Amino acid sequence: MTAVLRAEGLGKRYGKRWALADCTLDVPSGHVVGLVGPNGAGKTTLLSLASGQAVPSAGRVTVLGGGPGRLARVGFVAQDTPTYAGLTVAEHLRLGARLNPRWDDAFARERVARVGLDPARRAGRLSGGQRAQLALTLGLAKRPELLFLDEPVAALDPLARRGFVQGLMEAAAEQGISVVLSSHLVSDVERACDYLVVLVASRVRLAGETDALLAAHRRLTGPPGAPPPGWHVVAAVHAERQSSYIARADDPAPDPAWTVAEVGLEDLVLAYMSEDR
Amino acid sequence: MIWLTWRQFRASAATAAALLAALAAVLALTGPGMADDYAAGVAACKRRPGGCGNFYQDFYHAHMAAFFGVTVVVLLLPALLGLFWGAPLITRELETGTHRLVWNQSVTRTRWLTVKLVLVGLGATAAAGIGSLAVTWWAGPVDGSAARNIPSFPRMGPLLFDARGLVPVAYAAFAFLLGVAAGTVVRRTLPAMAVTLAVFVVVQLALPLLVRPHYAAPVRASRTISEANLDDFFVGRNGEPVQLTVQAQAPGDPDAWVLESRLVDAAGKPTGGTINVSTTSGPCAPEQNAPPGGSRSAQPPEGRSPIAACLAEINRLGYRQRLVYQPSSRYWAFQWAETGIFAVLAAGLAGFCFWTVRRRLS
Repeated sequence: MTAVLRAEGLGKRYGKRWALADCTLDVPSGHVVGLVGPNGAGKTTLLSLASGQAVPSAGRVTVLGGGPGRLARVGFVAQDTPTYAGLTVAEHLRLGARLNPRWDDAFARERVARVGLDPARRAGRLSGGQRAQLALTLGLAKRPELLFLDEPVAALDPLARRGFVQGLMEAAAEQGISVVLSSHLVSDVERACDYLVVLVASRVRLAGETDALLAAHRRLTGPPGAPPPGWHVVAAVHAERQSSYIARADDPAPDPAWTVAEVGLEDLVLAYMSEDR
Repeated sequence: MIWLTWRQFRASAATAAALLAALAAVLALTGPGMADDYAAGVAACKRRPGGCGNFYQDFYHAHMAAFFGVTVVVLLLPALLGLFWGAPLITRELETGTHRLVWNQSVTRTRWLTVKLVLVGLGATAAAGIGSLAVTWWAGPVDGSAARNIPSFPRMGPLLFDARGLVPVAYAAFAFLLGVAAGTVVRRTLPAMAVTLAVFVVVQLALPLLVRPHYAAPVRASRTISEANLDDFFVGRNGEPVQLTVQAQAPGDPDAWVLESRLVDAAGKPTGGTINVSTTSGPCAPEQNAPPGGSRSAQPPEGRSPIAACLAEINRLGYRQRLVYQPSSRYWAFQWAETGIFAVLAAGLAGFCFWTVRRRLS
């Protein structure tokens, strides 16, 4: 399978501060990828570099097998889903049609109607959720092969989040495009994503298909002290009577003293986020 | 891209067009009448023995308010275009985040900026051009009288040269691109407007003072002192020396820009107006011409002036008016030279804008 996004030692410096450093990543195509990390981890920077909006200070990034900045083939829905406040919904679609050679006008009109946007309404008077839907429509109707979304739902209420993620999943499945979605909340991406990248302090801590990641990790609870052999500890909580670990099993040896339970995606991500290295 | 740029620009373009149309209408209604009055007045005064000095003064004073009004409009227009069209062109997108929407369509930033600069820049230069054309046409008669007034505003001088003809168009292009460039650096509208205004004012003051006098080597002339160039003449009581001042005007060329006008002695040294000539005896003794302690204006009385003898004596002693000036025959050469300078500056700023938008903003 070819990589839609590949980064090798990628770094970006603003002044003296590295917003992203030594980032290496390989994302296969055909996935809805959740890019998760705390604020300031470098998610926005990584997406800016991948979409060609910023120039790397170090390393290399390839998108769809070539350099970044392939505007027609890569869509980008920016943080806070900006739109022109003075332009109507219909004028935004016209903007999209004028500025994109592969624009799918029928899809755009149909989608605007489906999510209940009034074409005559100015974008400045839309709610946050409606504006996000408009921005997503613009991103999808240009018919990209790869769509980046940078924290698109951060400012939305839970209902609007659900509507947005739902719409995104449907469209991604319909059009068969690859999607990279960044968020600082696991719950946003949990529903939509089948591939997960955890970025902490500008480094990739975990990357892989969601199901495989969940299958490889377990929560271990047992007597205080070191975990059984064969487990790679990600996070540990020590109490007086027992120790609790979230750990990855490469070749676990069964040990009746330990309780082994499945771990949820949110706990897994939090474990990697808090992991000290 | 043209559609989007025009859609964003059309409201301010309509406002500017309406204001310019109103100005043009007022000028079109009042211009022909004023031009007729001027032509008739000049024709009449040329037949009178006293000459046209009084007519020019009266005509200038009658239209002084409108003269300064339209001049200020043309002087301010480029600055306003730079502040309100140039500075917000990019910063408004940066402040609302819409640059991240438009830069992610299938259009490169270079194309995006090119269309914006060309379309809005053409609008700005057209607005300045129309404004300057209308005012230059309307103000022809007042400018003619202003050049012959004291204090005079010659066509080549720093005020009128900047507010007539071709240069306002170049100023507008420069101010517009200055605003855009400031916006790409400062990234916020209000600070960008402040920077634009400050830099534009400095350039507009520095250029006429430091650069414009050197577009061509100025003409140097040494004039004898006569009643034609005499401004004020004073003979003191008790043998004090003669004090006189001369008019800072090029001979036969009221529209020339006088860079220097000095009274010098036979050795060529500036005198500051003090003439070492005997005032107790000889042609400059007060008894022979003016009442003691009296001051005489340059207006000669009817017939042969008693000042003439004294002036002849002063000239005989080698006193001269030294003039350095740019004659009005160079008006269009200077206009083109200055337009060229500002066009080059504007092109440099445009290049800088492309560089910042492509490399520095994200």
